[in-house]
Amino acid sequence: MKLTDEEQAMLAGEMGEPKRWAIDHQIKVGGMFDAADLVPVSQAHMMADPESVGDAGVSFMEDLADEGARVAIPMITDPRGVDLNYYRPLGQTEEMADIDRRTIAACERMGILMTNTCVNYQTIMPPVLGDHVAYGDTGVVIYSNSVCGARSNFEGGPSALAAGLTGRTPHYGLHLDEHRRATRRFVVREQPRELTDWGVLGAVAGKMAGSYWAVPVIEGLEVVPTSDEMKHLGAAMASYGSTPLFHLAGITPEARTVADVGGDKLQAEEISKADLDALRSSFGAKGDKIDVVVFAAPQLSLVEMQQVAGLVDGKSFKAPILVCTSPQVYADASRMKFVETIEATGAKVLEGTCYYNQYAREVGEANGWKRLLSNSAKIVNILGGYGYQPALASMEQCVASAVVGEIV
Amino acid sequence: MTVLKCHKGIGPKVSGEALVADDNFSARYDLDRIKGIFSRPQHKLAGQSYKDKILVLNTSKGGVASAWMLYEMKSRGIAPKAILFNNANTILAQGAALADMAMCDRFEDGDVTTLIQSGQTVEVDPEAGVVTILA
Repeated sequence: MKLTDEEQAMLAGEMGEPKRWAIDHQIKVGGMFDAADLVPVSQAHMMADPESVGDAGVSFMEDLADEGARVAIPMITDPRGVDLNYYRPLGQTEEMADIDRRTIAACERMGILMTNTCVNYQTIMPPVLGDHVAYGDTGVVIYSNSVCGARSNFEGGPSALAAGLTGRTPHYGLHLDEHRRATRRFVVREQPRELTDWGVLGAVAGKMAGSYWAVPVIEGLEVVPTSDEMKHLGAAMASYGSTPLFHLAGITPEARTVADVGGDKLQAEEISKADLDALRSSFGAKGDKIDVVVFAAPQLSLVEMQQVAGLVDGKSFKAPILVCTSPQVYADASRMKFVETIEATGAKVLEGTCYYNQYAREVGEANGWKRLLSNSAKIVNILGGYGYQPALASMEQCVASAVVGEIV
Repeated sequence: MTVLKCHKGIGPKVSGEALVADDNFSARYDLDRIKGIFSRPQHKLAGQSYKDKILVLNTSKGGVASAWMLYEMKSRGIAPKAILFNNANTILAQGAALADMAMCDRFEDGDVTTLIQSGQTVEVDPEAGVVTILA
């Protein structure tokens, strides 16, 4: 790999042990993916939830901080595993909270901004067209690549941390033009109407694409999705397909036309109403009992918080409702009394977490929650692997179902 | 002795007993990481121990979180020695780099899950991009 003088100095340890570890890590990863060099990045975003980090991972970060590690670029974080103001009632343990407390302390010593969010592209500093970044969280990466036109691979926690320390990342995959060209061309016949429809479309497209190196271009949409709709579309696509990039013809910035991304040379494949219905049918049916309703994955925007508050206002519920949002949105939603309105019904707003990466298995077991209802196509995909029987419905239907304790 | 060529990989040169399946790998959903066994009932290696094995599987799945997990597994001494894939994803490759675990993919002679059988002794040299079936 071609290294600049500064990068050579990092590798030789002349700029301290943390940078030496970081660039060595990047050279190893870059070698496996044939990166010719490293590319400067403007931001890094790290997933470091306590369940996956564990004691070993947090000790690793503490050691780096002890050695004087400081990030070289703005670096932010994905949701935490514990809302430190509300974890015992969920059945989370002191041990889980301690790993998160230690992670926060180590990150802050390294100069990392504890944003604890998977909607940084809505709330912190959205990347711009052509912006090279090193983002974790598949939903963050696919939105940033597709909607913003930024350039990022899926960066796991250690790699995002390495990028934060060196200000660079290996120059492979989605950083290169050739991996951003369309490889599949999908035509939509059924127009999505609300958030969950967009998630279902993303899930079907992701399943069909099915690989990190597949890039779908989608045509036939007659409406321009909002940021929240794009968020659900992308998060579901990445979850079902490991897909890091999509194009919407005439909508997203790299595909003013299908031909812009080479889609005109691909055979069109239809996504039919039957395809969308088939996906929905595997996640619950009218009359099924529910144990809990969760709004999360991705965290809710301020606009979604307003929608939930409007729907729950004045109602009471047989099934508990949990709502996950970012610390920034939480502050605004509190100021605008959305949190107060939601919690007056007995529902709970969690700050800086996202349900599926906050020990979902243990929380489910502690509370006897198996039949989980959500409007997120992403979360129902993930939680099947954690012992749940997840069901999918629109935000409105989720709230109405919580009133009676079964899917309406 | 059979020599298999693959893409340059990550991690140290190791040797050990192969555990092979035509199935995929998710550190988060397929494993009981405390006991060191494949735990998801649908997995073709369900119930089998992966400790100190050379795992041979089709591809890696799962989200960004799994990058931390190989390191965590190795720190407790309950981890595979190496993982060979037809195609690794970027996240697990990053995890192997942190954990200093051997990982290789993209074999020239085709499907690695048919080229190697469970129980064979294999040597993995990621730097050279070579896997040797010793016995």
